[in-house]
Amino acid sequence: MKNVLHVENLTMQFGGVVAVNNLCMDVNEGEIVALIGPNGAGKTTAFNAITGVYEPTNGVISFMGEPYVRNTPHGKMKSTYAGINAETYASQPKMTKTPDEITKLGMARTFQNIRLFKSMTVFENVLTAMHMRKKSNLFTATFMINYKEEAEQRRKTEELRKLVDLYDVKDELATSLPYGKQRHLEIARALATEPKLLLLDEPAAGMNPQETAELTAFIHKIRKEFDLTILLIEHHMNLVMDISDRIYVINFGSEIANGTPAEIQSNPAVIEAYLGGDNDE
Amino acid sequence: MNFLKKYNKQIKTILFVVLLYVIIAVIDALGNDIPRVVVSVLKKSCIYALLAVSLNLLNGFTGLFSLGQAGFMLLGAYTYAILTLPMAARESVYYMYGTVVNFSLPLILGLICAGIIPALFAFLIGLPVLKLKSDYLAIATLGFAEIVRALIQWQGFGKVTNGANSILKYPGFKKIMPYALVAGLCILLIVLLLKSTYGRAFKAIRDDEIAAEAMGINLAKHKQMSFVISSFFAGIGGALLAMYQTSLSATAFTSAMTYEILLMVVIGGIGSVTGSVIASFLFIACSEWWLRNLDSGTFLGISLPIFRNGFRLVVFSVVIMIIVLFFRKGIMGERELDVDRIGTFFTKKIPSMFKKKNKEGDLNK
Repeated sequence: MKNVLHVENLTMQFGGVVAVNNLCMDVNEGEIVALIGPNGAGKTTAFNAITGVYEPTNGVISFMGEPYVRNTPHGKMKSTYAGINAETYASQPKMTKTPDEITKLGMARTFQNIRLFKSMTVFENVLTAMHMRKKSNLFTATFMINYKEEAEQRRKTEELRKLVDLYDVKDELATSLPYGKQRHLEIARALATEPKLLLLDEPAAGMNPQETAELTAFIHKIRKEFDLTILLIEHHMNLVMDISDRIYVINFGSEIANGTPAEIQSNPAVIEAYLGGDNDE
Repeated sequence: MNFLKKYNKQIKTILFVVLLYVIIAVIDALGNDIPRVVVSVLKKSCIYALLAVSLNLLNGFTGLFSLGQAGFMLLGAYTYAILTLPMAARESVYYMYGTVVNFSLPLILGLICAGIIPALFAFLIGLPVLKLKSDYLAIATLGFAEIVRALIQWQGFGKVTNGANSILKYPGFKKIMPYALVAGLCILLIVLLLKSTYGRAFKAIRDDEIAAEAMGINLAKHKQMSFVISSFFAGIGGALLAMYQTSLSATAFTSAMTYEILLMVVIGGIGSVTGSVIASFLFIACSEWWLRNLDSGTFLGISLPIFRNGFRLVVFSVVIMIIVLFFRKGIMGERELDVDRIGTFFTKKIPSMFKKKNKEGDLNK
């Protein structure tokens, strides 16, 4: 199995707070991997480091075997660094990428609190995401010399829109859709960037059990259709246990367990993290 | 017939625009039979329409709140005036400093240069300034405009800019039509750009920067692009304004000029091209023509002692306040003018205003 995402010794420190501590993670081709943990465990921080919103304090992240982010504590952080493995990458050059460059590599994400383009219709939202893969330049686009590409983009958008079950809402404003459909639209928009790896940040947040069940089926469907690898953060345990091939559990920034859903369910460390241990005072 | 049906809307729009140009051509042909104030209002409106649309591209469509428009206009105006000044007139214009520019370009080339120079400056200024957001960007660009104005008046540049003296005798358009054509062509280019995939990327940045970046849109590059294009057209607008004024002096291009253009954008609707165009015609007509008499003693046949210098501005601000209160999103909001809608406006909406309101029973039908 080919490795898609490889996270090595990822540490994210804000001032004195170590939000993610030495996280190691692997996502292989075709897998659905979940990252879970109690509130404030550092899941979204890890996500933001992977997608380039934050620059990690220490660690390497690789996509398809190629490292794209690498950092080591430097400057002021050198003396205040509270994590481990501070020296591991000191000799290697630093690498950073902005979120748009990372999307271009083939990773697309959705957001915990839905971020759609508010003034645009459903159709335009998806169409806009195709901008990244365009071949036209400013001149050809303005003078409509790229009309073939434009037509192709529109056709693809239509296909995608139907695939994600947004049939009769083409020209409606994105924000006028019901909540569940907005999630679908956000995923469709991410798919329009032609990703290999899809990162979903709490896709079932705020959904009732029935909507969650639909979402589970939906994620299975798009994975099959687009040959996707998926990494998701989620709180709905039903969804996570149903859908994931493997699960990573983190608490206070550090990994406490990883394995198949069945292994995780019976892991005492996980149960302690979620329900509180007996030894708590 | 199929063709007609498919492009029905586009054809109607084109016909509507052609009709507007025919009206301008007729006014031009009538020449001296038309009051001079109408001619000058139309000229100035065309120029301001272009300026407002170029600012709207930046403020309304890309969401970059920039107040540097007057600076780029000034650069455009000076570039045009300096480069196209006829050789014969150079000596008398630059009588104080002498000149180092020893060539004279044809009018059209001068106009294009008037776009390119501000665009170059915008590129350089944009590198540091576009890293700023919202109010901070506004202040930085405003500062740039003021610096440009001060530098152009500086004696050290006298051999190029003629210092604080004004530049005169450069060529310009006489009729309304050339102004309307140049402005129309530039607005058409902006509209085409906004309709393209780049326009959608700009709007995405305006709506949500974080999401746009996550969708692979390079923020720095696209903001820079919008800033440079907007400045290009602001420069051409500035050159047209210089032609209209026939004498060019940097003191006229104050930040108040930027605010005027911004006001047109807001009144017309932030994010609407047609809104900006309509608003600039209404704004110029109001300030230069319809409310002019408020300053001169008699207005609509009434003469009051209160009608004297400056009263026009009082009335004008009240009108603007009313517009802002009742049309929060401007005249057009984010929509564009639809030719079909003008038709229904005159055939259905206006008559229905005069009819009695429907009885409650009608609602159930």
